[in-house]
Amino acid sequence: MTGDRPIGEDDLHAFVEGRLPPERREAVETFLADHPAATAQVAADRERREALRARLAFKADEPIPARLRIAHVRAERRSVQGRRLAAVAAALAWLVVGGATGWTAHAWMARPIAANQNRVAQDALSAHRVFVAEIAHPVEVGAAQQAHLLQWLSKRLGRSLQAPDLAALGYHLMGGRLLPAGNEPAAQLMYEDDRGARLTLYIRASDSGETSFRFAQSGEVSAFSWIDGGLGYAISAALDRERLLRIAEAVYRQLDHAPSPESKRL
Amino acid sequence: MDEIAALLEPHIPALRRYAWALLRDGDAADDLVQDCLERALARWRLRRRDGNLRAWLFTIQRNLFLSGLRRGRRRGPDVDIDALAAVPSAEASQDSELMRRDVLAELDALSEEQRSVLLLVAVEDFSYAETARILGVPLGTVMSRLSRARAAMRRRLDSGSGAVLRRVK
Repeated sequence: MTGDRPIGEDDLHAFVEGRLPPERREAVETFLADHPAATAQVAADRERREALRARLAFKADEPIPARLRIAHVRAERRSVQGRRLAAVAAALAWLVVGGATGWTAHAWMARPIAANQNRVAQDALSAHRVFVAEIAHPVEVGAAQQAHLLQWLSKRLGRSLQAPDLAALGYHLMGGRLLPAGNEPAAQLMYEDDRGARLTLYIRASDSGETSFRFAQSGEVSAFSWIDGGLGYAISAALDRERLLRIAEAVYRQLDHAPSPESKRL
Repeated sequence: MDEIAALLEPHIPALRRYAWALLRDGDAADDLVQDCLERALARWRLRRRDGNLRAWLFTIQRNLFLSGLRRGRRRGPDVDIDALAAVPSAEASQDSELMRRDVLAELDALSEEQRSVLLLVAVEDFSYAETARILGVPLGTVMSRLSRARAAMRRRLDSGSGAVLRRVK
């Protein structure tokens, strides 16, 4: 059956790779018998493929360097974390040393990433409460103009934003809006499922750094927040922790694997 | 505990091969692999349990490579042709014209996007669909990059320009 379809470039590549099913391979061989130019091309491609594999094979054949053993990589991570703990301990010691100095140190230590993440979560929860209840104008720019929406929000936040596709979880993008976050802008994307249940993804610029998920709750609304790649995120919905975690992980994964601007160029 | 090591370590040789093909420097390549493994351990909980671990690792490694490029810390191979000729080639003794014109020089003439597609498909044996997921592009883009990569390599072969190392930004 597959033999009836005309031969395409994709067939020729798969032929070079040796990954065609037998009947398709036969069809390609028949085609090549009548097309000397394509035959030469396939032969040249095969040759380069073999040459490239042979040329790179030595790297995969080498014994793994000790520093790449997982045990070693893990120990390395732990020692970095250990150093961080030591820094926290030192800051705590400052607190004990006392009064004004202690408070200054505390304010200085607390400013970084954890406090930041906490604010992202709290602001996200407030914004969620205000706009999820909105009937007439839940979003400023609707999903119909998704490209415009993301371009606009990206420009305002000074980072390239993506709208994760949550269709697999039953949610579709409604649109988004710009919000104030202190003196800076933040973005809110709103999603809805087919029963009208809404969730929001709140995004704002953050110091670089990386945190794990943190759970926060306000009334019946829950949020998971995290910081990654210079952006603070929080996903909020009136869902239980487990279900929200699944959504947060899906969002995280999509944003993590989102094509970079470079790779979008063809 | 070392269940994780048992899952990850079998992929290290291929990760090193891909890293070396991208960076062409043994230490820099192993730094990249190490960063990749660190990141994988940090996000171990977040991986798709039913997913393809190998493809996940390659995705992490390539994203780290790209962000390294963006920060200018990790550069693509910036080797001139003399240095390249000095790279010991396993096939150097063979009298084939193909091998004398080092296939690595041809690889360097490709853009990073074409290079990664070619490496993932032709060397690492990922399916087209897996390659598309690793690179975060549609399947059609993978196919067209593969076509362009191969066409470019063929052109170099035809024109005998194998000795000229072009840097494509």
